[in-house]
Amino acid sequence: MIRELTCIVCPKGCQLKVELDGKKVVSVEGYTCKRGLAYAESECVAPMRTLTTTAPVEGGGVVPVKTNKPVPKELLFECMAEVNKARVPADAKLGEVVIENILGTGADVVTTRNVKI
Amino acid sequence: MAIKADLVIIGGGPAGMSAAVAAYDAGIRDIIILERDKSLGGILRQCIHNGFGLHRFKEELTGPEYAYRYEMQVREKNIPFKLNTMVLDITSDKVVTAMNSEDGLFQIEAKSIILAMGCRERSKGALNIAGYRPAGIFTAGTAQKFVNIDGYMPGREVVILGSGDIGLIMARRMTLEGAKVKAVCELMPYSGGLARNIEQCLNDFNIPLHLSHTVVEVHGKERVTGVTIAKVDERRKPIPETRQFIECDTLLLSVGLLPENELTKCADIALDRITGGAVVDQNRQTEIEGVFACGNVLHVHDLVDYVSEESEIAGKAAAEYILGNKKPATDINLVTDGKVRYTVPQKISAEENVTVYFRVADVYRDVAIVVRDGENVLINKKKQKVAPGEMEAITITAEMIKNLEGKTLSFSIEQKEGK
Repeated sequence: MIRELTCIVCPKGCQLKVELDGKKVVSVEGYTCKRGLAYAESECVAPMRTLTTTAPVEGGGVVPVKTNKPVPKELLFECMAEVNKARVPADAKLGEVVIENILGTGADVVTTRNVKI
Repeated sequence: MAIKADLVIIGGGPAGMSAAVAAYDAGIRDIIILERDKSLGGILRQCIHNGFGLHRFKEELTGPEYAYRYEMQVREKNIPFKLNTMVLDITSDKVVTAMNSEDGLFQIEAKSIILAMGCRERSKGALNIAGYRPAGIFTAGTAQKFVNIDGYMPGREVVILGSGDIGLIMARRMTLEGAKVKAVCELMPYSGGLARNIEQCLNDFNIPLHLSHTVVEVHGKERVTGVTIAKVDERRKPIPETRQFIECDTLLLSVGLLPENELTKCADIALDRITGGAVVDQNRQTEIEGVFACGNVLHVHDLVDYVSEESEIAGKAAAEYILGNKKPATDINLVTDGKVRYTVPQKISAEENVTVYFRVADVYRDVAIVVRDGENVLINKKKQKVAPGEMEAITITAEMIKNLEGKTLSFSIEQKEGK
Protein backbone atom coordinates (compact mmCIF):
# COMPACT_ATOMS: atom_id res chain seq x y z
CA MET A 1 0.00 0.00 0.00
CA ILE A 2 1.19 3.53 -0.78
CA ARG A 3 0.32 6.29 1.68
CA GLU A 4 0.68 9.95 0.76
CA LEU A 5 1.53 12.42 3.50
CA THR A 6 2.34 16.09 3.89
CA CYS A 7 5.40 16.43 6.09
CA ILE A 8 4.76 18.68 9.12
CA VAL A 9 8.34 18.92 10.36
CA CYS A 10 8.98 22.34 8.80
CA PRO A 11 7.09 24.99 6.79
CA LYS A 12 8.28 23.53 3.48
CA GLY A 13 5.56 20.85 3.69
CA CYS A 14 7.17 18.19 1.48
CA GLN A 15 4.80 15.67 -0.15
CA LEU A 16 5.83 12.20 0.95
CA LYS A 17 5.00 8.82 -0.54
CA VAL A 18 5.38 5.93 1.85
CA GLU A 19 5.24 2.34 0.68
CA LEU A 20 3.81 0.14 3.43
CA ASP A 21 3.61 -3.58 3.98
CA GLY A 22 0.96 -3.75 6.69
CA LYS A 23 2.38 -1.42 9.33
CA LYS A 24 5.95 -1.87 8.10
CA VAL A 25 7.57 0.92 6.12
CA VAL A 26 9.19 -0.45 2.96
CA SER A 27 10.31 2.80 1.32
CA VAL A 28 9.84 6.56 1.50
CA GLU A 29 9.96 9.03 -1.40
CA GLY A 30 9.73 12.82 -1.54
CA TYR A 31 11.53 13.75 1.67
CA THR A 32 14.30 16.34 1.49
CA CYS A 33 15.87 15.95 4.93
CA LYS A 34 16.57 13.33 7.59
CA ARG A 35 13.83 14.68 9.83
CA GLY A 36 11.33 14.21 7.01
CA LEU A 37 12.32 10.59 6.61
CA ALA A 38 11.95 10.01 10.36
CA TYR A 39 8.55 11.76 10.27
CA ALA A 40 7.30 9.56 7.42
CA GLU A 41 8.28 6.43 9.30
CA SER A 42 6.82 7.43 12.66
CA GLU A 43 3.65 8.87 11.08
CA CYS A 44 2.80 5.51 9.50
CA VAL A 45 3.67 3.42 12.55
CA ALA A 46 2.83 5.57 15.58
CA PRO A 47 1.93 9.20 14.82
CA MET A 48 3.24 11.70 17.37
CA ARG A 49 2.41 15.38 17.98
CA THR A 50 3.75 18.11 20.20
CA LEU A 51 0.83 19.49 22.23
CA THR A 52 0.70 23.26 22.72
CA THR A 53 -2.08 24.71 24.85
CA THR A 54 -2.63 26.85 27.93
CA ALA A 55 -2.79 25.77 31.57
CA PRO A 56 -4.77 27.50 34.33
CA VAL A 57 -2.74 29.65 36.75
CA GLU A 58 -3.44 29.61 40.50
CA GLY A 59 -5.63 32.57 41.27
CA GLY A 60 -6.83 33.02 37.69
CA GLY A 61 -5.62 33.45 34.15
CA VAL A 62 -3.76 31.07 31.86
CA VAL A 63 -0.17 30.50 30.79
CA PRO A 64 0.98 28.86 27.55
CA VAL A 65 2.49 25.37 27.88
CA LYS A 66 3.79 22.61 25.61
CA THR A 67 4.89 19.01 25.84
CA ASN A 68 8.68 19.04 25.67
CA LYS A 69 8.55 16.05 23.29
CA PRO A 70 5.87 14.77 20.95
CA VAL A 71 3.19 12.55 22.49
CA PRO A 72 1.08 9.90 20.73
CA LYS A 73 -1.51 11.65 18.57
CA GLU A 74 -4.36 9.56 19.97
CA LEU A 75 -3.60 10.86 23.49
CA LEU A 76 -3.93 14.57 22.62
CA PHE A 77 -7.42 14.97 24.11
CA GLU A 78 -6.55 12.99 27.24
CA CYS A 79 -3.46 15.17 27.67
CA MET A 80 -5.65 18.28 27.27
CA ALA A 81 -7.89 17.04 30.12
CA GLU A 82 -4.81 16.58 32.37
CA VAL A 83 -3.40 20.00 31.54
CA ASN A 84 -6.74 21.68 32.24
CA LYS A 85 -6.78 20.08 35.73
CA ALA A 86 -3.30 21.44 36.56
CA ARG A 87 -2.73 24.69 38.46
CA VAL A 88 0.46 26.56 37.62
CA PRO A 89 2.00 28.62 40.47
CA ALA A 90 1.69 32.36 39.84
CA ASP A 91 5.47 32.81 40.08
CA ALA A 92 6.38 30.06 37.56
CA LYS A 93 9.11 30.92 35.07
CA LEU A 94 9.50 29.87 31.43
CA GLY A 95 10.42 26.19 31.14
CA GLU A 96 9.03 25.12 34.53
CA VAL A 97 7.55 21.62 34.60
CA VAL A 98 3.79 21.70 35.12
CA ILE A 99 3.13 17.95 34.70
CA GLU A 100 5.93 15.41 34.75
CA ASN A 101 5.74 12.45 32.37
CA ILE A 102 2.17 13.17 31.29
CA LEU A 103 0.10 9.96 31.01
CA GLY A 104 3.29 7.92 31.03
CA THR A 105 4.35 9.27 27.63
CA GLY A 106 7.80 10.33 28.82
CA ALA A 107 7.01 13.95 27.91
CA ASP A 108 6.80 16.75 30.47
CA VAL A 109 4.37 19.64 30.14
CA VAL A 110 6.38 22.85 30.56
CA THR A 111 5.51 26.54 30.54
CA THR A 112 6.54 28.54 27.46
CA ARG A 113 6.69 31.94 29.17
CA ASN A 114 7.00 33.46 32.61
CA VAL A 115 3.56 33.68 34.21
CA LYS A 116 4.30 37.24 35.33
CA ILE A 117 5.04 39.50 32.39
CA MET B 1 9.68 70.43 24.57
CA ALA B 2 10.92 67.40 22.68
CA ILE B 3 13.44 64.84 23.87
CA LYS B 4 16.07 63.65 21.43
CA ALA B 5 17.06 60.10 20.52
CA ASP B 6 19.31 58.54 17.91
CA LEU B 7 16.86 55.78 17.05
CA VAL B 8 13.15 55.43 17.73
CA ILE B 9 11.67 52.01 16.96
CA ILE B 10 7.89 51.90 16.68
CA GLY B 11 6.65 48.49 17.75
CA GLY B 12 8.14 45.97 20.21
CA GLY B 13 7.23 42.77 18.38
CA PRO B 14 9.70 40.45 16.68
CA ALA B 15 10.59 43.07 14.04
CA GLY B 16 11.16 45.91 16.49
CA MET B 17 13.17 43.80 18.92
CA SER B 18 15.41 42.28 16.20
CA ALA B 19 16.02 45.72 14.71
CA ALA B 20 16.88 47.15 18.14
CA VAL B 21 19.36 44.38 18.89
CA ALA B 22 20.99 44.75 15.46
CA ALA B 23 21.30 48.54 15.82
CA TYR B 24 22.79 48.07 19.32
CA ASP B 25 25.31 45.56 18.00
CA ALA B 26 26.28 48.05 15.29
CA GLY B 27 27.21 50.59 17.98
CA ILE B 28 24.05 52.60 18.65
CA ARG B 29 23.12 53.08 22.32
CA ASP B 30 20.56 55.87 22.31
CA ILE B 31 17.60 53.72 21.24
CA ILE B 32 14.02 53.69 22.39
CA ILE B 33 11.35 51.13 21.53
CA LEU B 34 7.74 52.31 21.77
CA GLU B 35 5.19 49.50 22.25
CA ARG B 36 1.45 49.92 22.64
CA ASP B 37 0.80 46.62 24.42
CA LYS B 38 1.62 45.85 28.06
CA SER B 39 4.64 43.72 27.20
CA LEU B 40 7.16 43.16 24.44
CA GLY B 41 6.59 40.30 21.99
CA GLY B 42 3.85 41.50 19.67
CA ILE B 43 1.66 38.90 18.00
CA LEU B 44 4.01 36.08 19.09
CA ARG B 45 2.57 36.36 22.60
CA GLN B 46 -0.67 34.78 21.41
CA CYS B 47 0.90 32.35 18.91
CA ILE B 48 1.39 29.62 21.49
CA HIS B 49 1.79 26.87 18.87
CA ASN B 50 5.22 25.61 17.86
CA GLY B 51 7.12 25.81 14.61
CA PHE B 52 8.93 29.11 15.10
CA GLY B 53 12.70 29.48 14.88
CA LEU B 54 13.63 26.46 12.76
CA HIS B 55 15.80 28.62 10.50
CA ARG B 56 17.12 30.99 13.11
CA PHE B 57 17.71 28.77 16.12
CA LYS B 58 17.63 25.33 14.44
CA GLU B 59 14.98 24.24 16.89
CA GLU B 60 11.25 24.34 17.10
CA LEU B 61 10.00 27.01 19.49
CA THR B 62 6.55 28.31 20.40
CA GLY B 63 5.76 31.98 19.71
CA PRO B 64 6.24 33.13 23.32
CA GLU B 65 9.59 31.30 23.52
CA TYR B 66 10.83 32.89 20.30
CA ALA B 67 9.79 36.34 21.54
CA TYR B 68 11.44 35.72 24.91
CA ARG B 69 14.83 35.06 23.30
CA TYR B 70 14.73 38.55 21.77
CA GLU B 71 13.22 40.17 24.85
CA MET B 72 16.13 38.76 26.90
CA GLN B 73 18.60 40.34 24.48
CA VAL B 74 16.81 43.68 24.68
CA ARG B 75 16.90 43.48 28.49
CA GLU B 76 20.50 42.29 28.76
CA LYS B 77 21.67 45.12 26.53
CA ASN B 78 19.54 47.56 28.54
CA ILE B 79 17.86 48.88 25.43
CA PRO B 80 15.16 51.25 26.71
CA PHE B 81 11.53 50.56 25.87
CA LYS B 82 8.24 52.14 26.83
CA LEU B 83 5.17 49.90 27.12
CA ASN B 84 1.49 50.89 26.97
CA THR B 85 2.63 53.69 24.71
CA MET B 86 0.73 54.70 21.62
CA VAL B 87 2.49 56.54 18.84
CA LEU B 88 0.11 59.09 17.36
CA ASP B 89 2.14 60.75 14.66
CA ILE B 90 5.46 60.81 12.88
CA THR B 91 6.62 63.59 10.60
CA SER B 92 8.87 63.53 7.55
CA ASP B 93 11.54 65.34 9.60
CA LYS B 94 11.44 62.47 12.11
CA VAL B 95 9.53 63.89 15.05
CA VAL B 96 7.59 61.15 16.84
CA THR B 97 4.54 62.09 18.92
CA ALA B 98 3.38 59.48 21.42
CA MET B 99 1.47 59.19 24.65
CA ASN B 100 1.02 56.97 27.66
CA SER B 101 -0.52 57.33 31.10
CA GLU B 102 2.83 58.00 32.84
CA ASP B 103 4.49 60.56 30.58
CA GLY B 104 1.35 62.00 29.04
CA LEU B 105 1.83 63.37 25.57
CA PHE B 106 5.45 63.64 24.47
CA GLN B 107 7.59 64.17 21.40
CA ILE B 108 10.92 62.64 20.40
CA GLU B 109 13.19 64.19 17.78
CA ALA B 110 14.84 61.14 16.22
CA LYS B 111 17.88 60.90 13.98
CA SER B 112 16.43 57.71 12.59
CA ILE B 113 13.11 55.85 12.86
CA ILE B 114 12.36 52.19 12.29
CA LEU B 115 8.74 51.38 11.49
CA ALA B 116 7.88 47.97 12.96
CA MET B 117 4.15 48.23 13.61
CA GLY B 118 3.20 44.86 12.15
CA CYS B 119 -0.11 44.15 10.47
CA ARG B 120 -3.83 43.91 11.18
CA GLU B 121 -6.39 41.36 10.18
CA ARG B 122 -8.89 42.14 7.49
CA SER B 123 -12.14 42.45 9.43
CA LYS B 124 -15.75 41.55 8.75
CA GLY B 125 -16.51 45.07 7.54
CA ALA B 126 -14.30 44.42 4.54
CA LEU B 127 -16.25 41.33 3.49
CA ASN B 128 -19.79 42.52 2.74
CA ILE B 129 -21.56 39.37 3.91
CA ALA B 130 -25.37 39.67 3.99
CA GLY B 131 -27.32 39.30 7.24
CA TYR B 132 -27.48 40.85 10.70
CA ARG B 133 -24.39 41.67 12.72
CA PRO B 134 -24.89 39.38 15.71
CA ALA B 135 -22.36 38.58 18.42
CA GLY B 136 -20.15 35.63 17.58
CA ILE B 137 -18.21 36.94 14.58
CA PHE B 138 -14.50 37.33 15.30
CA THR B 139 -11.31 37.57 13.34
CA ALA B 140 -9.25 34.44 13.96
CA GLY B 141 -6.56 36.52 15.68
CA THR B 142 -9.06 38.06 18.09
CA ALA B 143 -10.33 34.60 18.98
CA GLN B 144 -6.71 33.53 19.41
CA LYS B 145 -6.13 36.32 21.91
CA PHE B 146 -9.31 35.43 23.84
CA VAL B 147 -8.34 31.75 24.10
CA ASN B 148 -4.57 31.91 24.52
CA ILE B 149 -4.05 35.07 26.56
CA ASP B 150 -7.34 35.76 28.33
CA GLY B 151 -8.40 32.11 28.73
CA TYR B 152 -11.93 32.55 27.34
CA MET B 153 -13.61 30.41 24.68
CA PRO B 154 -15.44 32.61 22.21
CA GLY B 155 -17.79 29.84 21.06
CA ARG B 156 -18.66 26.13 20.89
CA GLU B 157 -19.72 25.44 17.32
CA VAL B 158 -17.53 27.14 14.81
CA VAL B 159 -17.30 27.83 11.09
CA ILE B 160 -14.12 29.44 9.79
CA LEU B 161 -14.04 31.56 6.65
CA GLY B 162 -10.62 31.71 5.03
CA SER B 163 -7.83 29.20 5.25
CA GLY B 164 -4.95 31.47 6.18
CA ASP B 165 -2.55 30.04 8.74
CA ILE B 166 -4.18 31.77 11.72
CA GLY B 167 -7.55 30.27 10.75
CA LEU B 168 -6.04 26.80 10.46
CA ILE B 169 -4.19 27.14 13.75
CA MET B 170 -7.40 28.30 15.44
CA ALA B 171 -9.36 25.36 13.98
CA ARG B 172 -7.03 23.06 15.91
CA ARG B 173 -6.90 25.23 19.01
CA MET B 174 -10.70 25.51 19.34
CA THR B 175 -11.04 21.76 18.72
CA LEU B 176 -8.51 20.89 21.43
CA GLU B 177 -10.41 23.14 23.86
CA GLY B 178 -13.63 21.22 23.18
CA ALA B 179 -15.31 23.24 20.43
CA LYS B 180 -16.69 21.61 17.29
CA VAL B 181 -15.22 23.16 14.15
CA LYS B 182 -17.73 22.25 11.48
CA ALA B 183 -16.06 23.62 8.38
CA VAL B 184 -13.33 25.81 6.96
CA CYS B 185 -14.42 27.61 3.77
CA GLU B 186 -11.90 29.02 1.32
CA LEU B 187 -12.96 31.26 -1.56
CA MET B 188 -9.96 30.35 -3.67
CA PRO B 189 -9.42 26.89 -5.20
CA TYR B 190 -6.32 26.53 -3.00
CA SER B 191 -5.53 27.25 0.64
CA GLY B 192 -3.63 30.36 1.65
CA GLY B 193 -2.06 28.47 4.54
CA LEU B 194 1.00 26.25 4.77
CA ALA B 195 0.54 22.64 3.66
CA ARG B 196 1.70 21.38 7.03
CA ASN B 197 -1.04 23.33 8.78
CA ILE B 198 -3.72 21.75 6.57
CA GLU B 199 -2.28 18.42 7.66
CA GLN B 200 -1.79 18.93 11.38
CA CYS B 201 -4.63 21.39 12.09
CA LEU B 202 -7.45 20.10 9.86
CA ASN B 203 -6.70 16.53 8.73
CA ASP B 204 -5.59 15.46 12.21
CA PHE B 205 -9.07 16.33 13.51
CA ASN B 206 -11.15 15.46 10.41
CA ILE B 207 -12.17 19.10 9.92
CA PRO B 208 -13.51 19.55 6.37
CA LEU B 209 -11.87 22.16 4.13
CA HIS B 210 -14.27 23.43 1.44
CA LEU B 211 -12.21 25.02 -1.33
CA SER B 212 -13.98 27.45 -3.72
CA HIS B 213 -16.63 28.07 -1.05
CA THR B 214 -17.65 31.17 0.81
CA VAL B 215 -20.10 32.33 3.47
CA VAL B 216 -23.02 34.05 1.75
CA GLU B 217 -25.24 34.75 4.77
CA VAL B 218 -24.91 35.05 8.51
CA HIS B 219 -27.97 34.00 10.54
CA GLY B 220 -29.02 35.12 14.02
CA LYS B 221 -29.92 38.47 15.52
CA GLU B 222 -28.42 38.62 19.01
CA ARG B 223 -25.96 35.76 18.51
CA VAL B 224 -24.89 33.83 15.43
CA THR B 225 -27.19 30.83 14.95
CA GLY B 226 -25.69 29.59 11.71
CA VAL B 227 -24.21 30.51 8.36
CA THR B 228 -25.14 29.69 4.78
CA ILE B 229 -22.19 28.70 2.62
CA ALA B 230 -22.08 28.22 -1.14
CA LYS B 231 -19.68 27.04 -3.79
CA VAL B 232 -18.32 29.76 -6.07
CA ASP B 233 -17.70 29.62 -9.83
CA GLU B 234 -14.42 30.50 -11.59
CA ARG B 235 -15.29 34.17 -11.26
CA ARG B 236 -15.80 33.69 -7.52
CA LYS B 237 -19.56 34.29 -7.73
CA PRO B 238 -21.62 32.08 -5.39
CA ILE B 239 -23.67 29.39 -7.17
CA PRO B 240 -27.22 29.62 -5.69
CA GLU B 241 -28.04 25.89 -6.08
CA THR B 242 -25.11 24.99 -3.85
CA ARG B 243 -26.30 26.99 -0.82
CA GLN B 244 -26.03 24.98 2.37
CA PHE B 245 -26.95 25.95 5.95
CA ILE B 246 -24.56 25.11 8.78
CA GLU B 247 -25.71 25.58 12.37
CA CYS B 248 -23.05 27.29 14.51
CA ASP B 249 -22.65 29.96 17.19
CA THR B 250 -19.36 31.41 15.99
CA LEU B 251 -17.86 32.56 12.69
CA LEU B 252 -14.11 33.13 12.59
CA LEU B 253 -12.56 35.14 9.78
CA SER B 254 -9.08 34.39 8.50
CA VAL B 255 -9.21 36.39 5.31
CA GLY B 256 -5.92 38.17 5.08
CA LEU B 257 -3.56 40.54 6.81
CA LEU B 258 -2.94 44.17 6.03
CA PRO B 259 0.25 46.04 6.98
CA GLU B 260 -0.63 48.74 9.50
CA ASN B 261 0.75 51.90 7.92
CA GLU B 262 -1.32 54.78 9.31
CA LEU B 263 1.85 56.31 10.79
CA THR B 264 3.79 55.79 7.58
CA LYS B 265 1.09 57.78 5.79
CA CYS B 266 1.39 60.54 8.43
CA ALA B 267 4.94 61.13 7.21
CA ASP B 268 3.84 61.06 3.54
CA ILE B 269 6.00 58.02 2.80
CA ALA B 270 5.13 56.34 -0.50
CA LEU B 271 3.46 52.92 -0.15
CA ASP B 272 3.52 50.02 -2.59
CA ARG B 273 -0.05 49.41 -3.78
CA ILE B 274 0.41 45.64 -3.75
CA THR B 275 2.20 45.05 -0.44
CA GLY B 276 0.43 47.86 1.42
CA GLY B 277 3.83 48.64 2.95
CA ALA B 278 6.42 51.29 2.21
CA VAL B 279 8.52 51.22 -0.94
CA VAL B 280 12.03 50.36 0.27
CA ASP B 281 15.56 49.75 -0.92
CA GLN B 282 17.76 46.81 0.00
CA ASN B 283 18.53 48.38 3.40
CA ARG B 284 14.78 48.61 4.04
CA GLN B 285 15.06 52.38 3.88
CA THR B 286 11.87 54.16 2.80
CA GLU B 287 11.93 57.11 0.46
CA ILE B 288 12.74 59.33 3.46
CA GLU B 289 16.41 59.00 4.39
CA GLY B 290 16.80 57.60 7.88
CA VAL B 291 13.31 56.11 8.05
CA PHE B 292 13.31 52.33 7.72
CA ALA B 293 10.58 49.67 7.78
CA CYS B 294 10.73 45.96 8.54
CA GLY B 295 8.56 42.96 9.37
CA ASN B 296 4.85 42.68 8.67
CA VAL B 297 4.41 46.45 8.38
CA LEU B 298 6.47 46.22 5.21
CA HIS B 299 4.91 43.07 3.72
CA VAL B 300 3.21 40.12 5.35
CA HIS B 301 5.64 37.29 6.09
CA ASP B 302 4.93 33.56 6.51
CA LEU B 303 7.73 32.95 8.98
CA VAL B 304 8.98 35.04 11.87
CA ASP B 305 12.51 33.84 11.10
CA TYR B 306 12.42 35.98 7.95
CA VAL B 307 11.01 38.91 9.92
CA SER B 308 14.03 38.75 12.22
CA GLU B 309 16.38 38.55 9.26
CA GLU B 310 14.80 41.53 7.54
CA SER B 311 14.72 43.55 10.75
CA GLU B 312 18.42 43.00 11.30
CA ILE B 313 19.04 44.51 7.87
CA ALA B 314 16.96 47.55 8.85
CA GLY B 315 18.55 47.85 12.31
CA LYS B 316 22.06 47.67 10.95
CA ALA B 317 21.32 50.15 8.16
CA ALA B 318 19.74 52.59 10.64
CA ALA B 319 22.93 52.37 12.72
CA GLU B 320 25.08 53.10 9.65
CA TYR B 321 22.86 56.07 8.83
CA ILE B 322 23.15 57.45 12.36
CA LEU B 323 26.92 56.97 12.31
CA GLY B 324 27.04 58.90 9.04
CA ASN B 325 28.27 56.06 6.84
CA LYS B 326 26.96 56.71 3.36
CA LYS B 327 25.42 53.80 1.52
CA PRO B 328 25.66 53.45 -2.27
CA ALA B 329 22.75 54.89 -4.27
CA THR B 330 19.97 52.43 -4.95
CA ASP B 331 19.05 53.30 -8.48
CA ILE B 332 18.04 49.93 -9.93
CA ASN B 333 14.29 49.44 -9.96
CA LEU B 334 12.74 45.99 -9.67
CA VAL B 335 9.59 45.50 -11.73
CA THR B 336 7.20 42.52 -11.97
CA ASP B 337 5.02 40.88 -14.61
CA GLY B 338 1.86 40.51 -12.51
CA LYS B 339 2.39 36.78 -12.00
CA VAL B 340 5.11 37.89 -9.64
CA ARG B 341 2.92 40.27 -7.65
CA TYR B 342 5.56 42.32 -5.90
CA THR B 343 9.14 42.37 -4.73
CA VAL B 344 10.69 43.58 -1.49
CA PRO B 345 12.94 45.50 -1.78
CA GLN B 346 11.64 47.47 -4.75
CA LYS B 347 14.96 49.25 -5.36
CA ILE B 348 18.54 48.00 -5.09
CA SER B 349 22.11 49.10 -5.70
CA ALA B 350 24.67 47.20 -7.76
CA GLU B 351 27.21 47.15 -4.94
CA GLU B 352 26.35 44.04 -2.95
CA ASN B 353 24.47 40.76 -3.05
CA VAL B 354 20.76 41.24 -2.37
CA THR B 355 18.11 38.69 -1.53
CA VAL B 356 14.81 39.72 -3.08
CA TYR B 357 11.56 38.42 -1.57
CA PHE B 358 8.35 38.13 -3.56
CA ARG B 359 4.97 36.48 -3.85
CA VAL B 360 3.14 35.13 -6.87
CA ALA B 361 -0.48 35.82 -7.91
CA ASP B 362 -1.72 32.24 -8.39
CA VAL B 363 -0.60 28.62 -8.11
CA TYR B 364 1.79 27.87 -11.00
CA ARG B 365 3.32 24.45 -11.70
CA ASP B 366 6.48 23.54 -13.65
CA VAL B 367 7.56 27.10 -14.21
CA ALA B 368 10.72 29.15 -14.03
CA ILE B 369 11.38 32.31 -12.07
CA VAL B 370 13.14 34.57 -14.55
CA VAL B 371 15.07 37.76 -13.79
CA ARG B 372 16.02 39.91 -16.78
CA ASP B 373 18.04 42.99 -17.56
CA GLY B 374 16.27 44.07 -20.74
CA GLU B 375 16.52 40.99 -23.00
CA ASN B 376 19.35 39.56 -20.97
CA VAL B 377 18.39 36.62 -18.71
CA LEU B 378 20.28 36.89 -15.40
CA ILE B 379 18.49 34.15 -13.47
CA ASN B 380 16.31 31.26 -14.63
CA LYS B 381 15.33 29.19 -11.62
CA LYS B 382 13.06 26.20 -12.17
CA LYS B 383 10.29 25.52 -9.67
CA GLN B 384 7.91 22.56 -9.46
CA LYS B 385 5.32 24.73 -7.81
CA VAL B 386 4.91 28.29 -6.58
CA ALA B 387 1.87 29.49 -4.62
CA PRO B 388 0.61 32.81 -3.22
CA GLY B 389 0.77 31.44 0.33
CA GLU B 390 4.50 30.86 0.18
CA MET B 391 6.96 33.72 -0.06
CA GLU B 392 9.80 33.11 -2.51
CA ALA B 393 13.34 34.42 -2.26
CA ILE B 394 16.01 34.84 -4.91
CA THR B 395 19.52 36.20 -4.46
CA ILE B 396 20.99 38.62 -6.97
CA THR B 397 24.75 38.84 -6.73
CA ALA B 398 26.72 42.03 -7.25
CA GLU B 399 28.65 40.12 -9.93
CA MET B 400 25.47 39.57 -11.96
CA ILE B 401 24.45 43.19 -12.05
CA LYS B 402 27.72 45.10 -12.17
CA ASN B 403 27.42 45.55 -15.96
CA LEU B 404 23.70 46.21 -16.28
CA GLU B 405 22.49 47.67 -19.54
CA GLY B 406 19.41 49.33 -18.09
CA LYS B 407 18.39 50.50 -14.65
CA THR B 408 15.56 47.99 -14.35
CA LEU B 409 15.43 44.31 -13.43
CA SER B 410 12.23 42.50 -14.36
CA PHE B 411 10.89 39.52 -12.44
CA SER B 412 8.54 37.07 -14.14
CA ILE B 413 7.08 33.58 -13.93
CA GLU B 414 7.39 31.72 -17.23
CA GLN B 415 6.56 28.29 -18.56
CA LYS B 416 9.63 26.12 -18.82
CA GLU B 417 10.94 25.71 -22.34
CA GLY B 418 9.42 22.81 -24.25
CA LYS B 419 6.15 22.97 -22.27
